[in-house]
Amino acid sequence: MSPSPDTIAVAAILIMVIAAYALFGGADFGGGIWDLLAGSAERGRAPRDLIDEAITPVWEANHVWLVFILVLLWTAFPPAFAAIMTALFVPLSLSLLGIVLRGVGFAFRHTAERLRMQQLTGALFAAASLITPFFMGTVVGAVATGKVPVHPRGNVLAAWTSTTAILTGLLFVAACAYVSAVFLVPEARGRGHAVLTRYFALRATAAGVLTGALAGGTFAELSASSPHVFAGLTGIALPLVAISIAAGMAVLGMLWVRWYNALGIRVTAAIAVATVVWGWGLAQYPYLFPTSLSLGAGSAPKASLVGEFVVAGLALLLVAPGFVLLYFLQQRRMLTAAETDADLRLAARLERPVPGQPAMAPAPAAARVTTALVLALLAIRAIRDVFSPADRR
Amino acid sequence: MGTMAHVLAVDPVPARSQMGSSLGFHIILACFGIAFAAVTMTAEWIGIRRGDAAALLLARRWSKVMAVLVAVGAVSGTVLSYEMGLLWPGMMGRFGAAVGLPFSLEGIFFFLEAIFVGVYLYGWERLPPWAHWWSGMPIVVAGILGAMSVIAANSWMNSPAGYTLSHGKISSVDPVSVFFNAATPYETAHMVLAAYMVTGFLVAGVYAVGLLRGRRDRYHRLGFAVPFTIAGIAAPLQVMMGDIIARFIEHNQPVKFAAMEYVPRTTRDAPEWIGGIFINGHVYLGAAIPAFDSILVGFSPHTRVIGWDSVPPDQRPPLVTLIHLSFDLMVGIGFFLLALAAWQGWWWWFHRRLLVTPWFLVPCALSGVAAVAAMEAGWIVTEVGRQPWIVYRVLLVSNAVTPATGVPVTLGVILVLYAILTVVSIGIPLFMSRRWRQGAAAEEETEQVPYGPSQARAGSSSATAPSVRRTSSGGPEAR
Repeated sequence: MSPSPDTIAVAAILIMVIAAYALFGGADFGGGIWDLLAGSAERGRAPRDLIDEAITPVWEANHVWLVFILVLLWTAFPPAFAAIMTALFVPLSLSLLGIVLRGVGFAFRHTAERLRMQQLTGALFAAASLITPFFMGTVVGAVATGKVPVHPRGNVLAAWTSTTAILTGLLFVAACAYVSAVFLVPEARGRGHAVLTRYFALRATAAGVLTGALAGGTFAELSASSPHVFAGLTGIALPLVAISIAAGMAVLGMLWVRWYNALGIRVTAAIAVATVVWGWGLAQYPYLFPTSLSLGAGSAPKASLVGEFVVAGLALLLVAPGFVLLYFLQQRRMLTAAETDADLRLAARLERPVPGQPAMAPAPAAARVTTALVLALLAIRAIRDVFSPADRR
Repeated sequence: MGTMAHVLAVDPVPARSQMGSSLGFHIILACFGIAFAAVTMTAEWIGIRRGDAAALLLARRWSKVMAVLVAVGAVSGTVLSYEMGLLWPGMMGRFGAAVGLPFSLEGIFFFLEAIFVGVYLYGWERLPPWAHWWSGMPIVVAGILGAMSVIAANSWMNSPAGYTLSHGKISSVDPVSVFFNAATPYETAHMVLAAYMVTGFLVAGVYAVGLLRGRRDRYHRLGFAVPFTIAGIAAPLQVMMGDIIARFIEHNQPVKFAAMEYVPRTTRDAPEWIGGIFINGHVYLGAAIPAFDSILVGFSPHTRVIGWDSVPPDQRPPLVTLIHLSFDLMVGIGFFLLALAAWQGWWWWFHRRLLVTPWFLVPCALSGVAAVAAMEAGWIVTEVGRQPWIVYRVLLVSNAVTPATGVPVTLGVILVLYAILTVVSIGIPLFMSRRWRQGAAAEEETEQVPYGPSQARAGSSSATAPSVRRTSSGGPEAR
């Protein structure tokens, strides 16, 4: 049974939204990763400031793409949503943990007074930026390899701990770092930071090469672990894969010749990432879970799909202009939180000056990396201890 | 597969506890997401319109607090979205096609809210005053419409409509009937009003404390008056709305109503119980007003009120005492807040002055906490009162809960995290206000909110500065 046109249309919308989250949300997570790797408090201050400034006004809007993925999935493809949420309970909970920790990290990071507290929140923030994309990657890997049962009776540990799934998780982390670094290059250049421009250009190149290697590795793994998706990627989706490779190469070339055109380099990098996501979606066709759950069998009734279509149309009508405005203002640097209201306080006669100079240093990188690793290890142990016996039973 | 779920029969209590605590936490922040922009914009409007520096200062500072609360609210809202699937795959798998529709609509409003929060919170410095004011308007509208969408989904669970089942699967959906189910108008209006009351009374309470401590300048008077007025307008509407909703519930979910009012057996002349604990068919320590429940329901003592004996024991809600006392608490606080608003309104009407006696300000300082308690109690009534159903009279909670092991673990983690988040969301505004009162311009410049631009521009060497500050200020925080 081939899926109906409205099923295909909503599936296409879903893939678009996933690609958008991979780009915008991914760039924010990548910012956290570069924050983690920026070195000691003194050395890492300039890049950390740039990352902060670039992400501040937009991170929440970028985060909403994730919520949109969830609602699209549960409304348009309820059985698939229920199966994923049940079988992949563990990695999804961990990715959620990352999201929450990141929020706590944000809220505390800039207001924490004591250095010890800042180190803790800085480590939370950094660990979260690794945890969330990694576990989301394992979820995608589990789906792509068709390891998610249609009617799971509990957690399925094997689904997301396969080599392919782990590789996909690493690929996600690398891709976030890559997108973020590429986006930050023109950001630094626009502010006239020559050193920082070079700094992020070098990191973008390194992350680009790493991402390419991991993508190649995952691709090779897929030939064995998911013949259907592999056949799709080398068949119907081959043009998209080719475009992605070409765009990735083009970005590396631009970085090599130091052609840092703001729009040019960002759009090319965005194409490189988005086409991979689209390619994955196309290669899965006509399945939600390759070869066990088809689009047709897993989709909601027609009216719900039409409803989602209307919602997507409304979103295009209402949300797209909003995003254009937001990014326009952000690029023009109209959005900043550095205002002082001393003038207002004087006018309102509330002024009572006290000398003092508060400031806070980001935690040293070693402490942050260590805490991140410890948290990751604890997480892995917790999974093993708590979930394995249940899985064997 | 449906029979399989029965065989597995997972204990739903951990999942229910996790959902309850997540919702109970998020809903407070959601109130600020819905209503805080309107409060802030009112102050900003006064500030721009009258050139009032105190009002503008209030608006700016509130928007900084908003940045913190919105950040935490976005996170806790995402947790809820995840939990719909992580905890209740049995419901989402079967009814996602229907109940998911209002959520999708909410996605749009969440987007709009997030976008314009970015513009409004960070546009203070560079945008022209009125352009900045208007950039907040989409937050107010999207806040209300977004709340209505989410609440419509909850209403649907209380009053499912707009779908047809065949062989246990949804075969067709009518999106309009799903969205505008019987309970939607009541629940959405009730919650939006509650959001304005919680936000208004909480913010007003902060400034009531300031006024009580003798800070009687225009800044503190406005800081009290603006949110208090907004909440005070919502209070009488809410009491009226509550009365209407109670009658609707009696009609639509009679068993829930029976638990709210202690009606074990269907009867005429049903008494209205105030307080009381229900044990083994008897109400202890409560006061009964004869036949008043019947009068409230049908304006006559002879009105028949349906008791919970109308359904088999396994379909009755548990913990009737909790449901009844929560309901009484909500109603009691509603009248208390109404009285406060009326008191201030009376004084203003005859004296054209703000009432600032301690007799009035002390209860005002507590009004915010009371409003939160009333809202939480209301959610306990509606959610516990719906048990054992997740989709009322269609799907049992025990058939919707995830078979995945590990919910007790995530419950523990959630409780710990939310304890931390509570500290964050209360502590940071407190911390900010302490700094504001110290009031150094140099400090204000480096005021940090989530993801705010860094301190580096304002300060010199950030590594040594904390110690400098501690020695120089020499205040109580110097350790």
